[in-house]
Amino acid sequence: MSIILDKVNYVYSEETAYQIQALKDVSLEIGDGQFIGVIGHTGSGKSTLIQHLNGLIKATSGSIYFHGQDIYDDDFDLRELRNRVGLVFQYPEHQLFETTIFDDVCFGPKNQGLSKEEAGLRAFEALRNVGLPEELYYQSPFDLSGGQKRRVAIAGVLAMKPEVLILDEPTAGLDPAGRDEILDLVARMHRERGITVILVSHSMEDVAKYVERIIVMNQGQVMFDDAPKEVFRHYKELEAIGLAAPQVTYLMHELKERGLNVDTDATTVAEARASLMQALTGIDSGRMDIHR
Amino acid sequence: MGIIKARQLVHEYIRRDEEGNVESIQTALDHVDLDVQAGEFIAILGHNGSGKSTLAKHINALLSPSEGSLWVDGKDVSEEENILAVRQTAGMVFQNPDNQIIASVVEEDVGFGPENIGVPTDEIWRRVEESLGAVGMLKYRHHSPNKLSGGQKQRVAIAGVVAMQPKCIVLDEPTAMLDPNGRKEVIRTAHELNEKKGVTIILITHYMEEVVDADKVIVMDAGKVVMQGTPREIFSQVGKLKEYRLDVPQVTILADLLRQSGIDVPIGVLRREELVDAILRAAQITG
Amino acid sequence: MLRDITLGQYYPADSVIHKLDPRVKLFGTMIYIISLFCFRGIAALAIATVFMFVVIKLSKVPFKFMVKGLKAIMILMLITAAFNLFLTPGEELVSFWVFTITKEGLTNAVLMAIRLTYLILGTSVMTLTTTPNQLTDGLEKSLMPLSKIGIPVHAIAMMMSIALRFIPILIEETDKIMKAQMARGADFESGNLLKKVKNMIPLLVPLFVSAFRRADDLAMAMEARCYNGGEGRTKMKPLHYEGRDRLAYLVVLAYFVLILVCRIFLRWPQ
Repeated sequence: MSIILDKVNYVYSEETAYQIQALKDVSLEIGDGQFIGVIGHTGSGKSTLIQHLNGLIKATSGSIYFHGQDIYDDDFDLRELRNRVGLVFQYPEHQLFETTIFDDVCFGPKNQGLSKEEAGLRAFEALRNVGLPEELYYQSPFDLSGGQKRRVAIAGVLAMKPEVLILDEPTAGLDPAGRDEILDLVARMHRERGITVILVSHSMEDVAKYVERIIVMNQGQVMFDDAPKEVFRHYKELEAIGLAAPQVTYLMHELKERGLNVDTDATTVAEARASLMQALTGIDSGRMDIHR
Repeated sequence: MGIIKARQLVHEYIRRDEEGNVESIQTALDHVDLDVQAGEFIAILGHNGSGKSTLAKHINALLSPSEGSLWVDGKDVSEEENILAVRQTAGMVFQNPDNQIIASVVEEDVGFGPENIGVPTDEIWRRVEESLGAVGMLKYRHHSPNKLSGGQKQRVAIAGVVAMQPKCIVLDEPTAMLDPNGRKEVIRTAHELNEKKGVTIILITHYMEEVVDADKVIVMDAGKVVMQGTPREIFSQVGKLKEYRLDVPQVTILADLLRQSGIDVPIGVLRREELVDAILRAAQITG
Repeated sequence: MLRDITLGQYYPADSVIHKLDPRVKLFGTMIYIISLFCFRGIAALAIATVFMFVVIKLSKVPFKFMVKGLKAIMILMLITAAFNLFLTPGEELVSFWVFTITKEGLTNAVLMAIRLTYLILGTSVMTLTTTPNQLTDGLEKSLMPLSKIGIPVHAIAMMMSIALRFIPILIEETDKIMKAQMARGADFESGNLLKKVKNMIPLLVPLFVSAFRRADDLAMAMEARCYNGGEGRTKMKPLHYEGRDRLAYLVVLAYFVLILVCRIFLRWPQ
């Protein structure tokens, strides 16, 4: 287990009129190499939760262990933790500051104490990974399009080679094409490098395709923590807290309720199609991999 | 004549270097023709950089055409003296809710527009109350905008435009920065204004689910209008929509795939209920 | 937390003080501050205290909101008090090592602490009961005569009210960018002054970029809503005096006269 949270509580503005309990008794285990989606609506505590994971916010009570070490121990090196748990904030392009894209991506590795050459190599690799055209490397990051800026910002964290990569709503404000680019990039990083990925989102449909585990946050508590199919079975409860399961989930449940024998666990279009074809024609066409 | 009419509208963003020489020209609008009738609910779809926001800014006279013409309620937007009248006729709501609220109290922000156009005080109060009521934010009138959710802030921004009593409201990606709840709030509000007050709505978005109730959908790509029609006509062309990098809703794709496999479902499915009924009908026939 | 700064944080309530014309409140606050620095004697202090608490009570703003503003200047207050305490010459009370506390020093320190506290409380009453917009309206109208000599009073007032609206947003943004850079290993704490300043660049550049982007967006949003400068504008909340405002002026003046009377005639006990 790379990260363990034990009964973590966090209270904002304690002892003031605005006191808010952002996290309530959150206990979680995050295994090595997992691909996890954290879902919740605005104010559910999901952003607060992930900032605990690299020690940017200190829990009001409870403990967090990273590879078995208590991160709140006096001799624990929080900067080392931040090197190993990379966090990409919402609208990460707002953190760009250097005169060239390349220098900006070097910022993280340099802070890790790497030499100029090593940092440069890391930056090249990260920029190649996010698929930014090479002729842009020495241009100002402020001249890029929104989607490109975001990729540069993500490269800035990737260049630090974290074991765990956390992304807070990495697709907010992007158009569908930009969104798919980012999500595919993250999925590739997970597949090729085997890093643990935690993806925070309020869109079930976006994460359903990629993740193996979904943590649903509501009012500072973990409401569900399971495989996507298991979580989507609770589609009615999800809807009650302002989250929606994929459209297909609703469709399949409605069909089932109205007497058609279909697979209610289908969450993607391809799965739904296969199940419907079987129900309607009796032919098992197999689960063809069709992208939506 | 419709409320908005564009003929061969062109807009070029010209970048110049320090000496003022042209460095690059980017054509954001490429000979666009557009006709909107009063009272319509129009949705404009397109990915980022398709020119949809540039078009929106022309309707509000925030940008002026490089070539071609645009008339808002019969007034040519490129005439300097029409600018204020055009902005009063066509109000605008922007993407970022934080960056368009001027005042520190909700009701004062809604009053900002009427103040600018010289509406008498008593009338401002009446309009502020009415517009906040119309967007369902009356009970937050004394609140600070900083304490509202994204969807609520956008509704305040809409009220601020409604208070100027425009004939038309352009919403430029009003939901791009909101969560699903906020998105629904804003879209519902836009429809209510259209139905109850007869305000012409031009909704610009990249979410296809938001346009299913529009009267007409326009798809833009590379500065051109590439598709135009009712939602059903647009949604029936799944292949084309994907080509324009749009996010076709799951049920629409599913219906399209089922049709291709020989199942009898209608073309251009917009809503889940529709597909459920069609599949059940198909099941009765085969079963 | 950074958001706790009370300045510009209006507390909505339905009270007489909230309803007063902002010009009255501006004038009242000014007079009150002047009075703090010219009163003498226990009697005057008592009057100033009573006046303050009556106004706070009338404002219906919970006292803890008032006190919040004090936390921010606590350090300043301690330093001033310390200077007064140790550096005022006079009748010696206690002496240890290089420090000497004199009777005059003690009185001065206490008085200074009281003055600063009352000053903050007094201005907090104004900012908590007056929306920033009313405040700038009040300033705008009070200063309008200056526009005759070419000072753009309306533009200045508009800038002030916008700044007040965006201060909390920018503070939150600062917090966010700081955390984002810390996640990339940035260090804002260690090193000497020069290094610290250099370390601020990753925070300041994005902050300025963001502020300019917001300013740009806001300018466009204002234009879209037909903003065209001060000319031809009407007011949603125009300022005109009512009975209670005139009464409030009288109360403020009476208070000031009382303080002056105390200063001249009731100087005991110092």
